[in-house]
Amino acid sequence: MEVKNLTCIGCPMGCSLTVTIECDNIGVEGNTCPRGADYAKKEVTNPTRIVTSSVRVIGADIARVSVKTASDIPKGKIFACMEEICKAEMQAPVAIGDVVIENCAGTGVNVIATKNVSLKK
Amino acid sequence: MKQYDIVVIGGGPAGLAAAISAKKAGVTNLLILERDSTLGGILNQCIHNGFGLHTFKEELTGPEYASRFIAEAKEMEIPYQLGAMVLSVSPEKVITYMSKAEGLVQISAKAIILAMGCRERPRGALNIPGFRPAGIYSAGTAQRLMNIEGYSVGKEVVILGSGDIGLIMARRMTLEGAKVKVVAELMPYSGGLKRNIVQCLNDFDIPLLLSHTVVGIDGKDRLTGVTIAKVDANRQPIPGTEIHYDCDTLLLSCGLIPENELTKEIGVGMNRVTSGPNVDDRLQTDVPGVFACGNVLHVHDLVDYVSSEAALAGANAAKYVLDESEKANAHKVVIKAENGVRYTVPQTIDIANMSDSVTVRFRVGDIYQNRAVCVYYDGKKISSRKKRVLAPGEMEQVILKKNSFADCPELSEIVICTEEA
Repeated sequence: MEVKNLTCIGCPMGCSLTVTIECDNIGVEGNTCPRGADYAKKEVTNPTRIVTSSVRVIGADIARVSVKTASDIPKGKIFACMEEICKAEMQAPVAIGDVVIENCAGTGVNVIATKNVSLKK
Repeated sequence: MKQYDIVVIGGGPAGLAAAISAKKAGVTNLLILERDSTLGGILNQCIHNGFGLHTFKEELTGPEYASRFIAEAKEMEIPYQLGAMVLSVSPEKVITYMSKAEGLVQISAKAIILAMGCRERPRGALNIPGFRPAGIYSAGTAQRLMNIEGYSVGKEVVILGSGDIGLIMARRMTLEGAKVKVVAELMPYSGGLKRNIVQCLNDFDIPLLLSHTVVGIDGKDRLTGVTIAKVDANRQPIPGTEIHYDCDTLLLSCGLIPENELTKEIGVGMNRVTSGPNVDDRLQTDVPGVFACGNVLHVHDLVDYVSSEAALAGANAAKYVLDESEKANAHKVVIKAENGVRYTVPQTIDIANMSDSVTVRFRVGDIYQNRAVCVYYDGKKISSRKKRVLAPGEMEQVILKKNSFADCPELSEIVICTEEA
């Protein structure tokens, strides 16, 4: 049996979780909500993160538009994802939710805009 | 001089939520004054996720969280003035501001909501010796340069201070290809949220050195390196523990200070611990009709709490404007912070006129494990709640219910403290 201590990143409460792994049985203690148990199980099997960054936006009053992966992606894919984000560009106007990159780094997850940007005045 | 019922100073998360709430409560003659060119305040540069879990039950980035409040304010046709820098506020509630569009303007208000936020503690306040080369930024400045203006800021980075912005920037710069060599923290504990230590430092194997500080700055034109040393219990550097790091960038994340120059000018009573004004349970200062909310009142960890606090200030400011009886001088009971509790907000409570429950927010002064948070009314213990961990970086709260005061009409003092559990 393996025991791991984790800090939940599901919300700012940051619950201290104790995970016990015994073959396929994963037990979680210390969580105060169901999200904590989900996080712990995922973290010891396939850890994932949402990646946030910004890309160049053309034709706007500001230089960058903020973006994120539409859902969490495997931790190991973070830098592959960032490589594509660094090359991306958007044209103003941009609305929250606009797709910046489809299927980023083969994760099956889109990168989407998180800021409304209007055309240069 | 133009007259308003309510003027909100600041169009960030606190100002927006306060104005929306005031308008919902029936005040239509109101105005938000914002010095930046957009609404949304600091959220515009906080492009990471983790906002809104309490308010919207989903995880949003800063700009997304702000956009929801901006959209609501616009939909409700709440007037706002951008590029408007408030220069002074008189005790008679005359506000003087400067804007490119209007020039110098004076307006008066029946009620004012202070929502100016906070700013970062600068290098000058940290007593770091050495030259003043380029490459030393407050973490928030670097965040703005990177996320809004699109500069890369630096390649080899050392971060002093483990506040949340410093931790977030450690991850951000790593993702953008910089090498973050170390985060040094003067205190024996981090000032940031635990989740940020996990997802911003541990995820990228960035070391966190507690009880360490910067004792030397190298480089004359551009930073070339810093020297970090361990500190003793009195936060004094220990000779012989110095470590040198080559770097071109030093970020400072060493605390936030509420921005209260205007508040002091009004003559509002200030709190030495929070550096914000003292307020009652309506978030009203000791100058009637002047309310405060958000980071200008006390520095928060979570914007969700800012929004709910600001909504309360907005509703109470509306009540003050619309209901004459609200102006009567009430008997206020003092809430004292003792034994590990550093401060409370609010600092007083008007029991006779309070709402059904009042949320009292506070911070502790040290890391505590298995400790109880207790509430006393005139020496009598009313409640005790055991907490596994209490940390200065995480704001706590207790809720005082109106009916809990039923047996003590003559109450003179409420104490909130920690105790051995």
